[in-house]
Amino acid sequence: MGTIFHLDIVSAEESIYSGPAEFMVAPALMGEVGIYPHHTPMLTRIRSGMVRIKAPLKDEESVYVSGGMLEVQPDIVTILADTAIRGEDLDEAKALEAKKRAEEAMKNKTSEIEYARAQAELMEAAAQLTAIQKLRKRGH
Amino acid sequence: MAGSREIRNKIRSIKNTQKITRAMEMVAASKMRKAQDRMRKARPYGEKIRNVAAHMSRASTEYHHPFLVERDTVKRIGVIVITSDKGLCGGLNTNVLRKALNQMRAWEAEGEQIEVCCIGNKGLGFMSRIGANVISQVTGLGDTPNIERLIGAIKIVLDGYTADRFDRVYIFYNRFVNTMKQEPTMEQLLPLSDERMSGEENDASQNKLWDYLYEPEAKPIIDDIMVRYVEALIYQAVTENMASEQSARMVAMKAASDNAGNLIDELTLIYNKSRQAAITKELSEIVGGAAAV
Repeated sequence: MGTIFHLDIVSAEESIYSGPAEFMVAPALMGEVGIYPHHTPMLTRIRSGMVRIKAPLKDEESVYVSGGMLEVQPDIVTILADTAIRGEDLDEAKALEAKKRAEEAMKNKTSEIEYARAQAELMEAAAQLTAIQKLRKRGH
Repeated sequence: MAGSREIRNKIRSIKNTQKITRAMEMVAASKMRKAQDRMRKARPYGEKIRNVAAHMSRASTEYHHPFLVERDTVKRIGVIVITSDKGLCGGLNTNVLRKALNQMRAWEAEGEQIEVCCIGNKGLGFMSRIGANVISQVTGLGDTPNIERLIGAIKIVLDGYTADRFDRVYIFYNRFVNTMKQEPTMEQLLPLSDERMSGEENDASQNKLWDYLYEPEAKPIIDDIMVRYVEALIYQAVTENMASEQSARMVAMKAASDNAGNLIDELTLIYNKSRQAAITKELSEIVGGAAAV
């Protein structure tokens, strides 16, 4: 037929939309793009916003995506949606946080070992105590 | 009669334990179904992004992303270890950590430097105990692994790779085979191997050499796709590990409940025997006493 293309909207956590479409509009980085079948192969980033889809014999549908990638092939269009709000600075902040946590864990290592040692000593003392109590009972 | 009360107490305490292990088994079973669901849902994204990445790597000749370039000398290795946050799941964590440890010892023997990124509490505890160099970590992911939580820890490793801090990155996790079987797995994450990139693809697009129209520019888009692809791979490993964790816990708890049942049966037998012996003894004493009179 050539009047429809296959559209997939997927995110890392789930598949959001999958099915035929006649026409769609996506919020690309450079402005909204409308795509009909047999579009030139294209790869672009999209911002967060609504993706409008016109499926055959159906009313227009809207799906929200929080940014991602738009891949266009003549018969297949794929939106690789992000599940998280991304940005260079945000990613950097998250990376720093993960690093800090690791460093803290390394620092706390000694205290953890001390804690384990204290626990072992406590167990030993408790065992000695029960042994003494048993001996006393027998003595009486 | 002295032992009978002790035996009864013991039976009661084992019954209580059995109740707990049964409850945990059922909780794990329902969580496992959800975890498997999530694992399946993550697959389409991974496949799509792989196809795009594979196509790009073939099409664009002027720019090779560092993730695709094999390095000649391997001196420093990055390791990502995925484990569960909680225990009580059989040998799941032990198996994957043993595999990681053996491999790390082998690498160390060859004089390579290793840095570790830990996802999951158990791995973190293990790695800091053996004195490995932990550069980033995520723990407490809960039942729904959120890619947002993983980004930071992954970025440290990916940046380390781009900045030549690592020459290779490996990932250790439990692959989910089926409910009864989980396999500790080691995979090379970076550089992305050819087999990973090719996969199963429709051959129609393989022959034709066409390139995308990149908007606005090729390089940042390729970078983004590659980073997202690796993140998707790690996310998939995390979901698989989580499904493995729940099914391993279910199996372990089932075994524990069964063992408790066996123990209760044995103890009940002993209890009844000792009770009967006591009655017999009392009877014979009475009979003996009556005969003496």
